[in-house]
Amino acid sequence: MKSLSEIETVSKRSSRAAGFTWGIAEEVGKNTKMLEMFGLPGIKNLNYYFRLRSKKNFEKLNLVSDKNKTEKNEFCPIFAGLSFLDQVRSLESLSEIEFERIACPLIFLPFVSRASEIIGKKLELNVDDKVFLLNYNNSIYSNSLSNGIIEVGNNVLIKFKENKDSFKENEWKELYKLSEDTFVEESDSLKQDGAGAGLTDND
Amino acid sequence: MNVALRDPNVIMKLSRLGSFHQSKLSFLRSFLKEFKDWEYRRDLFDLDEFGFGVAVYSFKKNSRVYSLICFANQLDENERSDRVIATKWDAAFTLHDGVPTKKDIERLKNEVPKQEVGRLSYKELTLSRANKSVRVFNHVVESLSNGKQPNKELLSEVGYLYRTTAVYGSGKFGLADRFRIKDREEIYGPFRLEMMLVYLVRQFTFDQVNHVAKNKNPKKAVKLDLEICRNLGIGNSTGLGMAPFIVNHPTLLNNWIYSREVALKKIREIKNIENKHSELFKHCLKRSIKNVTSWNTESEYQQKKIKSLLNDLNIFINFLENIFDFSKEFAFNEIYSWLEKNSGDECIEYVVSMMMEPYDDIINPLINKMSSEEEKYFNIPTNRTVSELRNILESKYSKIINIDFSKKENNQNFWFISKNKEEPRLADRFTEKGSELEQPLAIARDIKKLYEALSTSKNSSTIDKFLANNSDLRHVVRRAFIIEKFPYSEIQDNTIGQSIVPIDMLRLKLSFFGALKFDPRSDKWLRICMFQGAPLPEQLKNYDDHWIYN
Repeated sequence: MKSLSEIETVSKRSSRAAGFTWGIAEEVGKNTKMLEMFGLPGIKNLNYYFRLRSKKNFEKLNLVSDKNKTEKNEFCPIFAGLSFLDQVRSLESLSEIEFERIACPLIFLPFVSRASEIIGKKLELNVDDKVFLLNYNNSIYSNSLSNGIIEVGNNVLIKFKENKDSFKENEWKELYKLSEDTFVEESDSLKQDGAGAGLTDND
Repeated sequence: MNVALRDPNVIMKLSRLGSFHQSKLSFLRSFLKEFKDWEYRRDLFDLDEFGFGVAVYSFKKNSRVYSLICFANQLDENERSDRVIATKWDAAFTLHDGVPTKKDIERLKNEVPKQEVGRLSYKELTLSRANKSVRVFNHVVESLSNGKQPNKELLSEVGYLYRTTAVYGSGKFGLADRFRIKDREEIYGPFRLEMMLVYLVRQFTFDQVNHVAKNKNPKKAVKLDLEICRNLGIGNSTGLGMAPFIVNHPTLLNNWIYSREVALKKIREIKNIENKHSELFKHCLKRSIKNVTSWNTESEYQQKKIKSLLNDLNIFINFLENIFDFSKEFAFNEIYSWLEKNSGDECIEYVVSMMMEPYDDIINPLINKMSSEEEKYFNIPTNRTVSELRNILESKYSKIINIDFSKKENNQNFWFISKNKEEPRLADRFTEKGSELEQPLAIARDIKKLYEALSTSKNSSTIDKFLANNSDLRHVVRRAFIIEKFPYSEIQDNTIGQSIVPIDMLRLKLSFFGALKFDPRSDKWLRICMFQGAPLPEQLKNYDDHWIYN
């Protein structure tokens, strides 16, 4: 089995050899390591993308907006991902961002995952019918954990999930009430001796 | 009294970093301190009469066990080479996490001797190999088998029976990734498991030499005297492979140097020096001189440094004995100021290391802060502005941004990874091929490029926009934001200039390892000795922390 350190180093060097700058290659190394750590086929997809890239051109997306359409070829997942990562703070005000045709979108995914950590919000990444919930770069939940190559994401959508509870107030109260059964009722004398007892708070 | 931390523009120059010496913060010393209470065992020693076979040594505490597995193999004289291009060695080693099963040993027997072309698993933590100093090893076998102890002078001249030529860890060749084990308290300090491997290898070399001698002449053979063993270490040949490490791990480098600087600052801020502390300082200093006088090297570069160190030390000791009064306030601060005025870099850093000796209370808390969570600082704060980044460069790289890289001598070399051994190398840009495949280690040149690009960018523009048009500078933008938080994270020198002395980079790292007697064999590799004088495993429970000067 390859170690994650080997995966990062080889992905970084191969990205440089594929024509990316060292700074970008460093990002791809970290991302591929992350994909493999989460059990997603990073090496397989990166290899596939570099093979494609040696034969055809991909669009470089520099500035991300709410709707991103390609002129001709698919977006390069690395440049699209980097731009999203770098610009995420200013994109946060948009609730959704659409991308049309991103090549090998699994390579795009770690940038979105890291962006989730930066802004402190969960992000939902939809790649056609596949959904990935990215939780602050700590975990990924998905309805698609196939071990294969995703060649292209025709309709890619990122949703910024607001930080709100996943449950209703009455559900919380029900659980809270049960948790109260771990508390002990204080006697009057104990209450007199608690923190701050005997002092005036108006001094 | 508040003493400022030393200026990174001075301390992080390569000539200064290349003058660092071992100290109480060094990893081999902190390793011994951490593992002194662990149970040491020799679990298996299955060598044939010539010393070839398998041995296992372990350290155990509660349910945690680390086992060194040694494979000693026959090697033809003409196959023995310390160079990284070698493919066979006298012995190969791995540190296994836990107690190895027979199946593990069988698996590792096929992989460990192959080193870089073998495959290890997540159950292995470090990997190494070593060659005999044939002259010394044979002499010791010969002497012991004849019932005599070996010639101490010869042993002292070399200092070891074996020298390692590489020690690998952290995920290399399938070894366990650091993240799997980083939360174990006993290995909070950097390179602790690498130190354990080298330390146990040292014991293996003694056991092996005794075993061979005994088999050669069972009736007459004696064991190598324990005091002689203690005065032998493990040699190491180190080449450029180590140099890029300190460039590629800026926050880690910072944490090493920062710990040293904080220690010095706190010692200089002590108002009244207790008598027992000043005496211990003087004692260690005087005893340590033998480590300098017995420092053998054929390197003229190092000979000059040793000569100047000895000269400065003699002047300093004279000052200390005849002029200086330790009862005055802030005595160590006074000493430091005197050194700055009167001594060279080697001597200043030597005495700085020595000042730490009496102060466990200052040093011990720093030891656990010498690792780094590097991933935390990887993301670039792209919401910052061009003017903020430019200010960082002007304040943190003030000397670097004045280097003229249009001059050939400032752009003379390039770092690359060799195809045959996948090891870092340095070559002349103007005479060798391959500079288009240069590694991102020319930090000074690229910082200068970044500074120039920022100068033509709008001040209020944010870094995300700057990077959209300057992706070739992304690696140094990241570094600049790191140095803002970590002042000692960057070498303040040109690592591709004509005058670079690469072994300065090795010396820095090796001094933190705790190596002694740096012996440069060229400007690109050197030999050192580790654990010479260190307590043997059986002596660990109750050892003198200042063994290095005994």
